[in-house]
Amino acid sequence: MSSYIALSYWQLAATSVFVLIDAALSVVFGLRVHRSLLFAAVRMVVQLALIGAVLTTLFSLVSPLWTSLAALVMVLFAGHEAALRQERRLSGWWSYGLGTGSMMMSSVVVTVFALLTALQPNPWYDPRYAIPLLGMILGNCMTGVGLGLNTLTTSLVNRRPGVEAQLMLGASRRAATAPVTREALRSALMPVINSMAATGVVYLPGMMTGQILGGVPPAEAVKYQILVMFLIAGGTGLGAVTAVLGGVCRLTDARHRLRLDRLTVPSAA
Amino acid sequence: MITEALARRTDTRTDSPLLSVRDLRTNLLKPASFSLSAGECIAVRGPSGGGKTLLLRAIADLDPNEGLVCLDGRDRSAMSGPEWRRLVGYLPAEPGWWADIVGEHFTDWMTALPVARELGLPDDAKDWPIARLSTGERLRLALIRALMAGPKVLLLDEPTAALDTVSVQAVESLIAARVRAGLAVLWVTHDMEQARRVAVRRLFVSGGQVREEVTECPAISL
Repeated sequence: MSSYIALSYWQLAATSVFVLIDAALSVVFGLRVHRSLLFAAVRMVVQLALIGAVLTTLFSLVSPLWTSLAALVMVLFAGHEAALRQERRLSGWWSYGLGTGSMMMSSVVVTVFALLTALQPNPWYDPRYAIPLLGMILGNCMTGVGLGLNTLTTSLVNRRPGVEAQLMLGASRRAATAPVTREALRSALMPVINSMAATGVVYLPGMMTGQILGGVPPAEAVKYQILVMFLIAGGTGLGAVTAVLGGVCRLTDARHRLRLDRLTVPSAA
Repeated sequence: MITEALARRTDTRTDSPLLSVRDLRTNLLKPASFSLSAGECIAVRGPSGGGKTLLLRAIADLDPNEGLVCLDGRDRSAMSGPEWRRLVGYLPAEPGWWADIVGEHFTDWMTALPVARELGLPDDAKDWPIARLSTGERLRLALIRALMAGPKVLLLDEPTAALDTVSVQAVESLIAARVRAGLAVLWVTHDMEQARRVAVRRLFVSGGQVREEVTECPAISL
């Protein structure tokens, strides 16, 4: 566990030469990205330094209050990101609320499940386990929920005549929207399926590589990675089902009408 | 005036309306009231964008609306949306499709076959891909699909707009036969001649306002 090589700041600074090389390339070839490239690099350093400080404090406190507060902030940010990626959003608070709510529910359920059964740290809410785990699950859940909702709204708009034709013939809202619901859920689960299939062959996951660099025996790191992949699959599935079914409910009503008036019109940009 | 009112009263007594609409309104449609008897066809006319389609959609309960709508004395709000729409069918001007092949839109093509023949469609129309249908074929197939659900009231939104003369006649005589058998029809058309052919009463919809057109007896209005 302890056989990791600590990095000095000088070593980090030396490696940043590669970013400078990228910037130089941008100047030489007139790519005009050197400014945003350098800004992004600086931003990354500042963000990571901040999160390092926050995590150090959190880990030393081991307080259920501060840990759940950090988790809440993470969920709210994820909800914001997922809402931003929607081409057509649900009107009002639904856009933010539905994505955030379903992600909070699914990622918290799955994380707590893992903490109480597979990992069992002492105490179970130890932020050293809870926060990284939640982060990984949330990140993937966000992609799934965002994709699912986006597919749902886009294909309901595109296939509106077909959905309404079924409603006109007396189909229930559930039956009429079933093909669209299925399509949305499938697209939400696709990234998880792809990443599970490609893991270990096409790429080595960051978490596993990190553990190996940190001195963990590869076989142990692999076990952790498998656990995390299962949790991600569960969290994404649960979150996507909640968000998509919630979206279907919101975009239809009790009289089995299609309510696309509850969507915002996408901006021209 | 008195005789007219009397005539109307005896009218309602002899056959109570199948569909009665009272103060039906949406955010774009002004309160509309009228009634439709079994075996009656009313033509709906008016300028484009005047609200004809909105009226039909509101009756079919496809858009949020308010007001009292009854079928056979049964309040619409006492039925579920799907139950209502099976009784009150709606054929939009541009019918929608949810599968790739014509046959997938029919629960039983064999029962639809006689009607399809009547409208000049071949038996193998069942296997046609939706993407290759002409507008006229789409309209006729959607009409058959709507009739197969067995509605008591049928709301038709320009069902012959893209048809040739032969098909127009076929559709008109098919609907006329159904009306004689008791079907009630609201028929949106731009064609005054067609309105005269298919219906006695006429509604005029303009600027979201629905009113009855009275032109039968110009002598009395003098």
